[in-house]
Amino acid sequence: MDFLNALVAFLNFVFIPGLAYGSQLALGALGVTLIYGILRFSNFAHGDTMAFGTMVTILVTWAMQSVGIGFGPLPTALLALPFGIAATAVFLLLTDRVVYRFYRQKKAAPTILVIVSLGVMFVMNGVVRLIIGVDDQDFADGERFIITAGEFKTATGLAEGLALKTTQGVTVITAVITVAALFWFLQKTRTGKSMRAYSDNEDLALLSGINPDRVVQVTWILAAALATIAGVLYGLDKSFKPFVYFQLLLPIFAAAIVGGLGSPLGAIAGGFVIAFSEVMVTYAWKKVATYLLPESMAPEGLVQLMSTDYKFAVSFAILIIVLLFMPTGLFKGKSV
Amino acid sequence: MNTRNLILFAGVAGLFVLTGFGWSWNLALSILNMALLSSIMAMGVNMQWGYAGLFNTGVMGFTALGGLAVVVTSARPVAEGWAAGGWTILFSLFLGAATIATAIFLYNRMPKGRPRALTVAAVLLVGLFVFRHFFDPAVAAVEAFNPATYGNIGGLGLPALVAWPVGGLLAAAAAWAIGKTALGLRSDYLAIATLGIAEIIIAVMKNEDWLARGVKNIIDLPRPWPVPYEVALQQNETFLGMAASWGFNPVTGSTITVKLLYAGLFTAVLVLVILLSELALKSPWGRMMRAIRDNEVSAAAMGKDVTRRHLQIFILGSAVIGIAGAMMTSMDGQLTPGTYNPLRYTFLIWVMVIVGGSGNNWGSLLGGMLIGWLWLIVEDLGPGLMGLITSGMADGWLKSHLIDSAQHMRLLTLGVVLLLVLRFSPRGLIPEK
Repeated sequence: MDFLNALVAFLNFVFIPGLAYGSQLALGALGVTLIYGILRFSNFAHGDTMAFGTMVTILVTWAMQSVGIGFGPLPTALLALPFGIAATAVFLLLTDRVVYRFYRQKKAAPTILVIVSLGVMFVMNGVVRLIIGVDDQDFADGERFIITAGEFKTATGLAEGLALKTTQGVTVITAVITVAALFWFLQKTRTGKSMRAYSDNEDLALLSGINPDRVVQVTWILAAALATIAGVLYGLDKSFKPFVYFQLLLPIFAAAIVGGLGSPLGAIAGGFVIAFSEVMVTYAWKKVATYLLPESMAPEGLVQLMSTDYKFAVSFAILIIVLLFMPTGLFKGKSV
Repeated sequence: MNTRNLILFAGVAGLFVLTGFGWSWNLALSILNMALLSSIMAMGVNMQWGYAGLFNTGVMGFTALGGLAVVVTSARPVAEGWAAGGWTILFSLFLGAATIATAIFLYNRMPKGRPRALTVAAVLLVGLFVFRHFFDPAVAAVEAFNPATYGNIGGLGLPALVAWPVGGLLAAAAAWAIGKTALGLRSDYLAIATLGIAEIIIAVMKNEDWLARGVKNIIDLPRPWPVPYEVALQQNETFLGMAASWGFNPVTGSTITVKLLYAGLFTAVLVLVILLSELALKSPWGRMMRAIRDNEVSAAAMGKDVTRRHLQIFILGSAVIGIAGAMMTSMDGQLTPGTYNPLRYTFLIWVMVIVGGSGNNWGSLLGGMLIGWLWLIVEDLGPGLMGLITSGMADGWLKSHLIDSAQHMRLLTLGVVLLLVLRFSPRGLIPEK
């Protein structure tokens, strides 16, 4: 029975990775949910929007590194982030002007818009692969750890180490700042309020003189910012690979639906629900169990519910459970 | 069939003939075979989307299930693997299914409330542990047997043609499970659910080594009935005699003969599918389907069970995709789960349906052949073409990057084609009547 070591092992292998991953998913799901709330379709191109924004950020990071600009112990990518957001926003506004606007004015069915977003996904995917290729890109620099496992052990004298990567810290702090800024914008500013009004009731919003084009434009800019930040944080924490970003669509959609499509608060909750379930179901609990249980009961196997290869199955299972038992999600989203 | 459609089909046929004369008949025929298979898949998607307006983004998963069916039915059995744990694995899978069935039964029978939730959760949890207790050691035993060549239980050793309908059945079963949960909810939920199930099917196929060796791939699957092996043809007296009298090279001739036979088989299936679905579309059932698609509320008011009909057509369309997936795996002679990619096996098929004309089987056929040709010809000729374009450039990083990225150009091109068709000709090349 060694409660303290068990707790440290749990924090190190489950809580901190889950928190970082959850923040990334929450930011991604926020983008999906915003687009759903305002534009009223599920944007299948969101994963590739993340990839696009991250790609621009990586390119700017490389340029900065080559001329010797750094951000001290923090990753240079954070300095490059605004450029990534700006480029993605321009790209999304352009897509809206060229592609989506036509269907919006025609009041096309949501499924048609989803298929249109598939076309956009193809184009974005092609652009990303064309420019940066399909391989893994590692662009994290600066200090690797805030605390290494070794330092933690010497400092506390515990047998179990607790490592906190810089990217994990950066992820959580950036996510908190981003979410706070987003909620401030939605709750306090005039544009934010008009967005919420438009999302709640389009006709009434139009009647009270809200300019729909402006609402849509701001939505795309916010979606670009959220997607790029989510993508860069994910890329810093793990690595950047275009195909992986496409696959992130599933957990992101699952998070948005679990929280309730169209509900920003739900998207955040959903992101953490998905991330923690994924990490907890695929983590081998042997280490924690060995510390907690008396020696005679120590487990022989890995005490792992599912192999990590099936992490998609976790988000999928949660998605199905939510669809079956509460189709509007935890926070009562839209279910048109 | 009006003149315009005939011209369109003749044009696409011309593309294949051009490929044959311009490059090689071998290339033209391999593209033709893949295009035929893609057309069948496109027809499956068209049943779901064109007849019923269901948005299935899991085409890849159903294709892969068809491929798995080929391994399960027609691969040679591995007796040692079976002896090591085959029956235990089957038994534990049965236990798993029984657990889920019990949970569903209890959920439906017990009164709503906390006791029900707790009982169902307990049944599932205990079931999981019992399942793992039998399943894990059996899998380890099977995978321990000669992992370099086997490590799996193999298939039933039945003829390859039997595997095709089995592929349809497997896909239909998966479609039933998905349809039961996601149909009847919002339309894009089905898209997201199918996107997920496809990823999971691929994950299972990559990781369950006992089943089909996972990423170690199963090779050497038997060929379907009339198709001989090239080597056997090259030693066949009659064939050599024919080659001599007609004056063609026996090696090239044998590969072309094999591909022609495959093309014949695939065309037969294609004709069957198109015939049946045209008949169905013109029957009262087909009219009901289109009525439901065009206005669900009024169809429901007329007493049609919309969700049930949706489930029906979703299963049918998925079965067609599964059959095509099985045919593809038997043609390749191997199952390689690593090669299934949603862009190629799901979204490309969608482009075929939309470009060809949703709601029209002939449109799906045309779209399948045209887009299939484009996709594969760029794969073969893209790097060369890019080399030609960049030949004026100085050798260096940019040039090699451009030549390497030629194959990514087709994603971009297809996306643009899809967007253009949706915008300017949303009914496709051959619109629904």
